[in-house]
Amino acid sequence: MELNNYFDIQPYSLDKINKSKYLESYFFELTQFHYENCTKYRNMLDAVGYNYKRQHHYSEIPFLPVRLFKMFDLYSVPKGDIVKTMTSSGTSGQNVSKIFLDKETALNQSKALTKIVSTYLGSKRTPMIIIDSPAVIKNRKMFSARGAGILGFSIFGTKRIYALDENMELKVDDILAFIEQNENNRIFIFGFTFMVYQHFIKEIKKRNIKIDLSDSVLIHGGGWKKLVNESITSEEFRKMLNQLCGITSVHDYYGMVEQTGSIFMECEYGNMHAPILSDIFIRRPYDFSIADLGERGIIQTLSILPTSYPGHSLLTEDEGILLGEDDCECGRLGKYFKILGRVKNAELRGCSDTYAEQF
Amino acid sequence: MQNNFKNIKFLKQITTHDYESFLRLPPMIPFSEEITDYLNALSKEINKDPRIQKFPDVRTFSFFCRKANILLLKKKYYDSSITKLGRGLVFHIAPSNVPVNFAFSLMMSLLSGNSNIVRVPSKKFDQTEIIVNSINKLAQVSQYSNISNRIILVSYDRNSDATKEFSRDCDVRIIWGGDETISQIRENSLQPRAFDITFADRYSLCVINGDEFVNEPKPEKVVEGFFNDTFLFDQNACTSPHLVLWIGSSKKVEKAKNIFWDKLYVLVNNRYKIQPVSAIDKLTNFYNQAIQTDRILLENRKDNLILRVKLNDLRDDIDCFRSHSGYFSEYHASSPLELSKIINRKYQTLAYYGFSKKEMENYFHQLKPVGIDRIVPIGRTMDFSLIWDSYNIIDSLSRSVEIL
Repeated sequence: MELNNYFDIQPYSLDKINKSKYLESYFFELTQFHYENCTKYRNMLDAVGYNYKRQHHYSEIPFLPVRLFKMFDLYSVPKGDIVKTMTSSGTSGQNVSKIFLDKETALNQSKALTKIVSTYLGSKRTPMIIIDSPAVIKNRKMFSARGAGILGFSIFGTKRIYALDENMELKVDDILAFIEQNENNRIFIFGFTFMVYQHFIKEIKKRNIKIDLSDSVLIHGGGWKKLVNESITSEEFRKMLNQLCGITSVHDYYGMVEQTGSIFMECEYGNMHAPILSDIFIRRPYDFSIADLGERGIIQTLSILPTSYPGHSLLTEDEGILLGEDDCECGRLGKYFKILGRVKNAELRGCSDTYAEQF
Repeated sequence: MQNNFKNIKFLKQITTHDYESFLRLPPMIPFSEEITDYLNALSKEINKDPRIQKFPDVRTFSFFCRKANILLLKKKYYDSSITKLGRGLVFHIAPSNVPVNFAFSLMMSLLSGNSNIVRVPSKKFDQTEIIVNSINKLAQVSQYSNISNRIILVSYDRNSDATKEFSRDCDVRIIWGGDETISQIRENSLQPRAFDITFADRYSLCVINGDEFVNEPKPEKVVEGFFNDTFLFDQNACTSPHLVLWIGSSKKVEKAKNIFWDKLYVLVNNRYKIQPVSAIDKLTNFYNQAIQTDRILLENRKDNLILRVKLNDLRDDIDCFRSHSGYFSEYHASSPLELSKIINRKYQTLAYYGFSKKEMENYFHQLKPVGIDRIVPIGRTMDFSLIWDSYNIIDSLSRSVEIL
């Protein structure tokens, strides 16, 4: 399976028919590869009666619920080839996902990220402000989605500064000095959505700090879950950044540790876009059939990158809506969609053990 | 004492003084007239609430408390030739996701002649509110004060040390909940002679005689019973079957399966709405089972309402592979005696169809299983009884006294 060809094509340059043609045989081979090299994956496909020898459209490839990566060690390469194990940040004491990367997969993740993000940042590297504390990457044990995200995006920065200290306090003077030093350069700001809101936006507002970041691009991700209580929308988030420090280019991204690299980026019109390296389907909870345009459902994501582990077709625990394909006002081809957030926890009747959480 | 009550919400006002005299109340004679009258009045009070129309579980409870029923139970479960008295104080810890469970627990303990501290779920349910209101109303009626005084309803969060306090004061502690809850609560010690009655995580199953089922004149009724056993409580009650064992000739079993699942599908499709996360849970559970068990097969999946898992052999860890909201493992066995391979202490209810009571008794005697506390026809797994999880509740909650 040669992935290099895929990196030569611009990430948003293929329309529905061409993208489908382009990905189909690759996904077929990838599924076959995992089937032959991961016993657990083979057991799963056999149990649903999937015939891996027949070429299906890639919408028919079984999708694995992401929770399985918390329950099992899933990989398709010899254990000795694994160079890096990534873990999810894991909310509230639950198990964490473990993702096993060999050299090739790790390299491809980084290539893919570069390819996608540079269409927003430009191909030239720029000074970078990371809205987080350096502690996140210092601790190898905490080498989590947050750390991985920061390291992954750091390749776009010529020089980098962490905006928060070990106590999550905003280092205002350092930031202002950094901006001054780089006044003729566009600055790239990166951070997790919650961090950006909690420790940047709120602080600037509270302390009435004047920062001019009008010639910069802010990319943030990690989801809105922690901001639910603040009931803040994506629009308000952009507006605040614009009013407080003049940032006009703000892009959310949707990605997960299980498919690092082939992220979905938000365009100027607030829509998430699938690049040619990945795709999404919105599934109906009732039967997992593909939902109509505009219909709410569970998000399935596909990525061509996972070769060392069987994570190329996943069922997330997020809900979303497909808004269209090939016709977003921003001009990017491919599917574009909206994320509605996490699926609601089950409210089950019965006598199971819910004492600890709910009593 | 006062300080110890912070963080506790009493659903009926109470002072420290009240609590101290509460602890000194003498036990009562099980099934006494006073108790029966109280429960009957409670039933009437509950019936006055127009909301009960919406809640079959509250109606069931109210129906259960009627005098006529209590007298029936007395006849069945109370041996008046032995002198009996309540054990004293019973501390009930009810599950948070079953709204009326606390009421059944309380009712059984009153019938056995005890005073009660009941931890009611703090999660808001109309059903709980209806019953609590009725109990509080009766507390205003002097005629029932002797019983009302023996009921303290509380709710508190898990940071409170109320569990510790009440555990120290009680004679019996009844814990409804999962294994984890039970071990958490057991960290609070009891008096030397006090003991726990625990209703832990259980696993239930059913056995269907396919040879008989194909001749059933009203298969819809059997299937409806199965629906009530399972989907009515999201297949998440301890009594809900997770494994369906088919018995009979291959041909008839195949036919029986088709009729059974087709009819069930119609019911489920009409009456049950699956939550998105449950669809994900079921798929996750299936893949988990597929990874850990060889050669299982997902059968005949139309959609996510009913997932049927065909087993190739009956492994003794089958109880680990369960889900909820419509997830069934199926196995064609040569005889119910094959259950000897799998039954452990976790097994609770065995529902059956196409066998006589006598036959089930025979199987039970041959199997002598360490688990299985109830064997009931399909459709009756949820029937409430004063024998539960193998405890004879009245006997357990009262003292048998010898006077020579």
